[in-house]
Amino acid sequence: MKPVRLLAWPLIALLLWLVVYPNAYVAVDSFVDEGVFTLRHYARFIDSRAELTALWNSVWISLLSVVFACLLGVPLAFLFTRREFPGRRMLGALVSLPVLLPPLIGVIAFMFLFGESGFLARGVQALLRLERSPWRFDGPVAILAVHAYTMYVYVYLFTAAGLARLDEGYAEAAASLGASRAHTLRRVTLPMLAPSIGGAALLVFMTSMASFSAPYVFGGGFRVLTTQIFTSKLNNEAGMAAVETVILAGASLLFLAAIQRFEAGRTYTGAGKGSAAGAGTRALGAPSGGSARAWGWTALAATVAGLLLLPHATVLLVSFVPPGSWTVQTLPPEYSLESYAALASRPELLRPIVNSLRMAAVATVANVVLAFAAGWLLVRARFRGQRLLDALVVLPWALPGTVIAVALASTFAVNQPWAGRFLLLGTFWILPLAYFIRNIPLVTRAALASFRQLDPSLEEAAASLGAGWRLTARRIVLPLVLPGLAAGASLAFVTALGEFVSSILLYSHGTRPISIEILSQLRAYDLGAAAAYGVLLILLMGLSFVIGFRGVSGERA
Amino acid sequence: MTRSADAGAGDAVVRIERVSRTFGETRAVDDVSIDVLRGELLVLLGPSGCGKTTTLRMIAGFEQPDSGRIQIEGRDVTGEPPRQRSTGMVFQNYALFPHLDVFENVAFGLKARGAARAEIAERVREVLALVDLDGYATRRVQALSGGQQQRVALARALAPRPPVLLLDEPLSNLDAALRERTRTELRALLHRLDMTAVFVTHDQEEAFALADRIAVMRAGRVEQIGTPERLYREPVSEFVAGFLGRANFLEATVVRVDPGDGSALCSLDAWDARWWAGARPDGTVRTGEAVRFMARPEDLELTPSPERDVGVPRAIRGDADIGPVGATEAPPAGDSDDTSAIARVVGKHFVGSSVRYVLEPFVAEGAARPPRARGEAPTAPILASGRELGFELGDVVSIAPRMDASVRWFAAAPEGAGVTPEPGLA
Repeated sequence: MKPVRLLAWPLIALLLWLVVYPNAYVAVDSFVDEGVFTLRHYARFIDSRAELTALWNSVWISLLSVVFACLLGVPLAFLFTRREFPGRRMLGALVSLPVLLPPLIGVIAFMFLFGESGFLARGVQALLRLERSPWRFDGPVAILAVHAYTMYVYVYLFTAAGLARLDEGYAEAAASLGASRAHTLRRVTLPMLAPSIGGAALLVFMTSMASFSAPYVFGGGFRVLTTQIFTSKLNNEAGMAAVETVILAGASLLFLAAIQRFEAGRTYTGAGKGSAAGAGTRALGAPSGGSARAWGWTALAATVAGLLLLPHATVLLVSFVPPGSWTVQTLPPEYSLESYAALASRPELLRPIVNSLRMAAVATVANVVLAFAAGWLLVRARFRGQRLLDALVVLPWALPGTVIAVALASTFAVNQPWAGRFLLLGTFWILPLAYFIRNIPLVTRAALASFRQLDPSLEEAAASLGAGWRLTARRIVLPLVLPGLAAGASLAFVTALGEFVSSILLYSHGTRPISIEILSQLRAYDLGAAAAYGVLLILLMGLSFVIGFRGVSGERA
Repeated sequence: MTRSADAGAGDAVVRIERVSRTFGETRAVDDVSIDVLRGELLVLLGPSGCGKTTTLRMIAGFEQPDSGRIQIEGRDVTGEPPRQRSTGMVFQNYALFPHLDVFENVAFGLKARGAARAEIAERVREVLALVDLDGYATRRVQALSGGQQQRVALARALAPRPPVLLLDEPLSNLDAALRERTRTELRALLHRLDMTAVFVTHDQEEAFALADRIAVMRAGRVEQIGTPERLYREPVSEFVAGFLGRANFLEATVVRVDPGDGSALCSLDAWDARWWAGARPDGTVRTGEAVRFMARPEDLELTPSPERDVGVPRAIRGDADIGPVGATEAPPAGDSDDTSAIARVVGKHFVGSSVRYVLEPFVAEGAARPPRARGEAPTAPILASGRELGFELGDVVSIAPRMDASVRWFAAAPEGAGVTPEPGLA
C-alpha cells in the first residue's frame, strides 16, 4: 500500500498547485480590488451592456454550432458506418481529417476560401463583373461556419463509434417485428444513439464556448466572452478579466458535469457478447461490390470529403503564392517555393518552428509521465483521494484555454516561492506549462483506456512469478500500455504544436510559437508565409500521428 | 463447523488454518481450514460465489485473509506479497504476456529470480518439452491455439519449480473434447512430477477426473473434504450429495432404527415403500422423525412388477383394508420388511452408456389418486438409471435400492436453497 501513497499524494499536490491554485487565484482576484473584498467587478459586469451581450453571444453561437455540427456529423456517420461502398475506409479517414487542422489554420483557410478577398468572393466578383467584393465574411456567420466545420468531427466520430458499438441485432429485431426502416431508425436506433450524440453535442457546446480563434479573427465588432477576456487583459483590467474568466469557467464546469452525467448514463452499448470491439456487430447495409448504388454512395462520400478537404487544399495553394503577387485576380497569378525557401533560410522565420517543437515536446513528455502514473493509480490502485485525483485530471478539460492562460498569467507573474508562485511569465517555461495543463485530460484519458484494457491477471501473473513492481512496470505494464499512451502523446504533441488560444496571452517575442507567427505574417499581408507555416504545421501533425498511432492499429488489433 | 482435512496432519505443503475473508458485507471465505498434502491434487469445488477462487487467491497472496494463517512448506506466509511466496499460478484466461513470445513468457519467472542465462535456456527447453511444446519457443503466444496457450501457461508456472501449483479453472476456455483430453494429460503430468497442486473448478465431472481429494465449498465454508469416491458415496449433506452427481431426494419418515449400525428403515411418504438407508453422518435419529431420503439413480434396481399383469396396486391387493395407495399413514406390513415402490415409467432417455428412467407412483386404473392438499407440490418423480432393461413408457415396475447401494438420509428441513424438490412432471 505504501508505494501507492508515495506516488498518489505528490501527484495530487502537483495538480492542486498547477490546476486548481491558479484558477482559485483568479477567482479571488475577481472579488478583490486594491486588496479589499468587493463585488464591484461583478456589479460592473452586470451593468455593462457589452459584457452581457458578449455572454449571450457566446451562448447562442454555441447552441447554433451544436445544431450545424450535428446536421453535418450525424448523416456522415451513418453514411460511413452503415453503407458499404468502394473506398469507404479511405474516405472515412479523410472526413475525420479536419481534426488535424489546428483551429487557427482552419480560420485562415476559411479566410482564403470564403473571405471577402478569398477565392470564392473573387470568382463571383469576376463572374458578375462587380465593382467590389460581393460579401463580407465576418461576424456570426463566419464564426458559425468555422465552428460547424471544425467541430462536426466530434459528432461524426462519437456517432460513428456509437453506431459501431450498437448491436445490429436491435435493428434486426425491430425489423423482424414488422417495423419499417424509418420507424426503426426513429424508435430504436436514434434513441440508442442519443447518449453518443448527446455527449458529442455537449462537447461541441463546450468547445464553442471556449473558442477564441474564430471570434478573434472574424468577430470584428461581434464580441464573445473569450475575446472579451482578451480585450480586458490587454487593457490591464485585471478585475474585469477575472470576472469574465470566472463566469466562462463556471459555465464550462457546468457543462463538464453535464457531460459526465451523460457518459454515466450510457447504458445501451453492450448488448452482445464483448460488443466493445464491435468487430462482429457492424452489419453493413449493402454487400460490397461494384453495384451502381454502391458507386453512388462513393460519389457522394467523395464529394463531401472533397468539400471538407477544400480548406486544407486552400492553405496548400496559398503557400505557393509569392509575397505581394496576388492582388485582384480570382486565382493567384504565379506560384513559387519562395515562402518555403524563406522559412528554411531566415533564422528569425525558422525560430517559431523550433520554439513550437521544443515547447510541445517538453509539455508532451511531462504529460506522458503524469498520465502513466495517474492511469495506473486510477485503474489499479485503491487509496483515499482517488476520486479527487480522478476529478483533477479531468478538470483542465472544462477550462477554456483563455481561462487557463489568464490564471497562469496572474499566478506565475511574480516570484513568491513561499506562496507557490514563481516568475515564469516571459520565460520559456510558461507556454509548455500551459500546453501541459491543457493536455492533461487528453493524455490521461488515453492512458486510462489502455490500463482498463490491460488484463489485471497479467500483473498478478508477473507477481506470482516473482517479479517486483519495478520489473512488472518495466517489462509488462509499460510495453502493453505504450501503444495507447503513444497515441495520446501524439494527440497532445499535435495540439501543443498548433496551440494558439493560451499562447496569445502568454507568449513573449523570443518564445513565440508558430501560431503567433502565422498571425503576424497575416498582419504583414504575407499570406504565402502564413500559409507555408500552416502547411508545415499540418505536415508535422500528420507525421506525429503516423508515428503515434502506428502501434495502435498495427500489432494488437 | 470446522472440518479439518480428514487425511490427518501428514506432510502438508500448504496449510490453511481458520482463514476468513470478507468483502464488504459478504463473507467470501468463512473459517476455512485445509491441508494440501505433498504430491496431491486437491480440487476446490463449488458453485460460483462459494469462496473457492478467493481461497486460491489467498494461497497465492493476491488476497490477504482477515483472520487465520496460511503456511507454505512450513513457513508462515500470511501477509506476504505474491512474489515472495513462489507459488505457480495458472490463470483462467492464461494471462500470457501478449507482447512476449513463448520462450520469454516461460523464462519470465526465472529471469525475475535472477537465474543465469544458460540455466534459463535449459530450464525453458525442459518445461516446454514437458508440455509437448518443443520447437514453439519463438512463436508469438497470440498465434497459438487455446490448448497450446493453456500449456504455455502451465509451463510458465512450472518453470521456477514452485512448491505448489495453483490452477484457477484453467480448462474452462477449452472446448469439451479438448478439455477432457487436457485434464487427463494434466493429471498424468502433475503426478509424474509429484507436483502438489490446488485446482479450482465448478465442474464436478472435472473434479472427479482430476482430484486426489476434493474440498466441496459452499457459502464460504468447506462442506466436505475427501476422496472423490468418499464424497460420492458418503456425502455429509444434501448439498454435497446434490452437487456431486445426480440424486433422488425423497420425503420420508423413519420407521425403525437399527441399533447396531445406526441405519434406518424409512417409509417414503409418497411411495408406499420402505427402504433402508445408511447411518446419518451427523447424528442419530428417532423413530417417527421426518427425513430426506437420498438414493442415486444408479443405485436403484428396477424389476418388472406383477401389477403389470394384474393392474391392481399391491397395497390394495394385499391389504384391502388399509386404504388407498400412498395414504400418508403407511401400514405396518410386517415391521422388519423393506418393500419396493411401485411406479409407472413416464420417461425414458437414452444417455449413451445407460438408460435413464423417469418414474411416477403407480395408480391403478379406477383407483382414486390419493387426495392431495391444496397447494401441495406434486410428488417428485424418481430417476433411475442403468442398463437397458426393455421397459417402455407406461410399464409398471417396482423399485428398490440395490444390495450394495449407498442410500442415505438427511435432516428433513435442510438449511439453504436449492434443495426444494423439483415439481413433478404432472
